[in-house]
Amino acid sequence: MDFKGSDTIPGPRAEDQLPHTAQSAAKIVIVGGFGVGKTTMVGSVSEITPLTTEETMTQAGIGVDDNFGSASKTATTVAMDFGRISITDQLVLYLFGTPGQQRFWFLWNGLFEGALGAVVLVDTRRLEVSFDVMGRLEERGVPFVVAVNSFPDAPRYDLEELRTALDLTPDIPIMECDVRRRASSRDVLMTLMRFLHSLAMTGSLT
Amino acid sequence: MTPPQRQRRDPTPESPPPQEGEGKVRNPERMYVVAGPDGERAELDLVTLIVARAEDPPPSASPEQAALLRLCAAPLSVAELSAYLHLPFSAMGVLLTELLTAELVQARAPIVRQSRTDRSLLEAVMNGLQRL
Repeated sequence: MDFKGSDTIPGPRAEDQLPHTAQSAAKIVIVGGFGVGKTTMVGSVSEITPLTTEETMTQAGIGVDDNFGSASKTATTVAMDFGRISITDQLVLYLFGTPGQQRFWFLWNGLFEGALGAVVLVDTRRLEVSFDVMGRLEERGVPFVVAVNSFPDAPRYDLEELRTALDLTPDIPIMECDVRRRASSRDVLMTLMRFLHSLAMTGSLT
Repeated sequence: MTPPQRQRRDPTPESPPPQEGEGKVRNPERMYVVAGPDGERAELDLVTLIVARAEDPPPSASPEQAALLRLCAAPLSVAELSAYLHLPFSAMGVLLTELLTAELVQARAPIVRQSRTDRSLLEAVMNGLQRL
């Protein structure tokens, strides 16, 4: 289809358009510390070049210390990269990667609430940056799997050792991955789907 | 070498009590509520699919509205519209609410996690991922 005026607002390329039969979409969120590979993972499985969406939030109530004693609220922009996978003619899956400061992710209305599940991407060089997000996902009852992005110079731990360190219950999948590889990123998503499926089977999803 | 050990924030993560400070950070933005396909009211989500109802924007449409209407000649998620229009998600709510009220676009509600996620949906996703 030809877009009138598409020279002013660039839209999706013709091959990136969804069919008219697309009825509904679901989302998965990929979380982890800065530089852990979230955007790389989105890009490796997405059928479109990853896009960026933004939300503007004020710092009021976030618990940020205002060193200058100013009473005015400061707007903070939170940006997320996302990609897309067409599952069928009717169903589309979106993957959202959440860079930036972790506390802001949870201000984003409906980002986690409606998500089918989450992938917590961890870097063994900075394992502790994933602790906070795991706690928040648990609090909200968002099911997640843990994927260890294997960086060449990162310390290598046995997965069971990491499971203990991350205090994961035995049912939560944990795996190694190389998010630069599409097959590896896909395997992580498959593991999440199988996990969600097992939760649906046992009815333990809250 | 031993990895650092996580301390759990809450022993009962399923229904945490609202915490001072933490509790206040939720929901700073207004939730936009739009009519779903069955006349049900649904929240506008990042992955709500938006489709223009007519091929061409009406002459009365504002430039912003017209740009959006052209973008969603084929279904497009709110997130994608936000990215192409360089508008924050909350601004999309304002714009889309106008267009939904004027019946210039249709919103297709997203699939959200429920107490019991539909297994056939998860199976469809797995089949789709396998083809990647």
